[in-house]
Amino acid sequence: MPPNLRIALRFLTTRKRSMLMSLAGIVFGVGFFIVTQAQTSGFEDFFIRTILGTNGALRVEYRILPSAGPGLEAAPAGGHLSSDGDIQEPGRVTAAVRQFGNVAGVSVILQAGVNLVGNVFASPARVYGVNLDDHLGVTDLARQILRGDLEDYRRTPNGALLGSVLAAWLRLDVGETFTVETRGQTRRYRVCAIYETGIRDIDKERIYLHLDEARSLLQRPGAASYLQIALHDPGRAREDAAQIQSVIRYMVSSWQQREKTWLEVFRALRFSSALTVSAIIIVAGLGMFNTLAMLVLEKTKEIAILRSMGYTRRDIAGIFLWQGALVFVVGAALGSLLGAAATWGVSHLPIRIRGVFSTDSFVVTWSPWHYAAAIGTAAFVVLLASYFPARRAARLEPGDIVRGTAQ
Amino acid sequence: MSAPSSRLLPPASGLHAPEPGNAALRCENLHRYLGVGDGRTHVLRGVAFTAERGRVYAVVGPSGCGKSTLLYQLGLLDRPDDGQIWINGGLMSGADDGLRTAARARHVGFVFQFHFLLLEFTALENVMLPMRKLGRLTPATMAARARALLAAVGLGDKAGRLAAHLSGGEQQRVAVARALANEPAAILADEPTGNLDAKNSEIVFDLLTSLARQNGQSVVLVTHNPELAARCDVTRTMRDGQFIG
Repeated sequence: MPPNLRIALRFLTTRKRSMLMSLAGIVFGVGFFIVTQAQTSGFEDFFIRTILGTNGALRVEYRILPSAGPGLEAAPAGGHLSSDGDIQEPGRVTAAVRQFGNVAGVSVILQAGVNLVGNVFASPARVYGVNLDDHLGVTDLARQILRGDLEDYRRTPNGALLGSVLAAWLRLDVGETFTVETRGQTRRYRVCAIYETGIRDIDKERIYLHLDEARSLLQRPGAASYLQIALHDPGRAREDAAQIQSVIRYMVSSWQQREKTWLEVFRALRFSSALTVSAIIIVAGLGMFNTLAMLVLEKTKEIAILRSMGYTRRDIAGIFLWQGALVFVVGAALGSLLGAAATWGVSHLPIRIRGVFSTDSFVVTWSPWHYAAAIGTAAFVVLLASYFPARRAARLEPGDIVRGTAQ
Repeated sequence: MSAPSSRLLPPASGLHAPEPGNAALRCENLHRYLGVGDGRTHVLRGVAFTAERGRVYAVVGPSGCGKSTLLYQLGLLDRPDDGQIWINGGLMSGADDGLRTAARARHVGFVFQFHFLLLEFTALENVMLPMRKLGRLTPATMAARARALLAAVGLGDKAGRLAAHLSGGEQQRVAVARALANEPAAILADEPTGNLDAKNSEIVFDLLTSLARQNGQSVVLVTHNPELAARCDVTRTMRDGQFIG
């Protein structure tokens, strides 16, 4: 064992209680840092998975007109967006989109507002005409089914899939029928399944019908409102959106663009929780600074005698930095264990959340980066807390100390 | 308690061999001022001093005459404002902190009035501290040498005891053993018996002088005790920052 480490270990025992307090601060700081990051990242990741599983990674809508004219707004690539949102020749556009390597699936969607009349109540709703197999390829619809059977829907031309909130409002259950009123027509459909995405805005208004049936109901043969695209790597959505847009001349929006507000909220939450919990580590660091500073004052005689027998200034600084390092290593190790245990415990806590996503327990993410960030923060704080007392100890002149003591 | 032994300790392997008759320490025209502003005092006024190996020197004089200041200058714990200091033939007064620290480790052993042991360490560990820093011996050899030194100062049976659990006399004997650990050319002792009763003063003085003489080391002793001073080979008297005798 290096002599400086040996001395540091013994010196640690002289202020055992205050060192233990500092150690406890580091342990709890690191632990809480990890568990809060696991939670906020967990909810953020879950939100992103929900978004990707319902609205897809990319959306293609609004044709980009080549020149100035009647349009919705300026397109990012120049020109104007068509005020008519429909996709022209959706088959050709879909085929073109499928040529891109990162594209995992494309679903053609026709949507429109309708009026729904159930057994007791009526409600405005939005019909989504989809090809089931294509749509299952770009969403988590299969896993979002609460009751009923997708195969029944596949076999039933007038079958419908209802959002859970809408079904509850209309007092409708699987097997029951309702009518859709639009453009002077009234048609009856049977509830084949009820789904729940967890996003209340979707679950309270969206009805899935077969694409052909929707086109017939809405009297828009061959029409498509937009294309929903799934990607193998959703992280590349921004780059892919720009690339696809430049080729097909339709507005392509990534999930990051569409959900920018929510993503900013999650990022702010993650940052603020990290900042809040870092305060615990900083307070522990201040305690440690105080303890080490007191120790330097208490150990001036020992510093003088060590210097008199040939210990260098660097050795003296090393003795106090070692003490910080020892507290840091033990604190980081125990804090990481505490963080892991707390993360596991929190992930088993029941909590019912509906609105932006659906979960019945806390959602956590296990990431080594949370541990690295917590340990990095603690290392920085402990290094600062030990550096200044160590520097002071190293600067002490042995002659001054001995002369002062001898007087 | 083991009786202090005056047998000649074997030289530590790898450490320098003493050369009796050579100057272990020398200083010329040494000046030192202490304090600032109106309180600035000329503590050492052109002091010259030589300490040869195998001899014991007593520096005596009234309080505040500059005895301890001279000792810290000779031991490189403090820097002179003017003058030269040689240790084992090497000019050290203008050397950088690293060289001065290395010279302290190799050539100088200190014994202070207030022991200055590391109380969290055992007697054995305290004696091993200078050897660990010098790093010239194996851990086993260091431990064996430390045990031999502790036996020589009569503390062979208390080697494993924490310094905090030793009496004042015992602590000072551990400090003597520690000062001898690296076989330094010179041992500088600042009133080593000033805090001890008469019996322990005798023991510590005898140990320090006999062990140093046997090993060909120079001992410079600052003391107020005229009886101890009379038993040294050379007695130098200081007054107002100068030797007067």
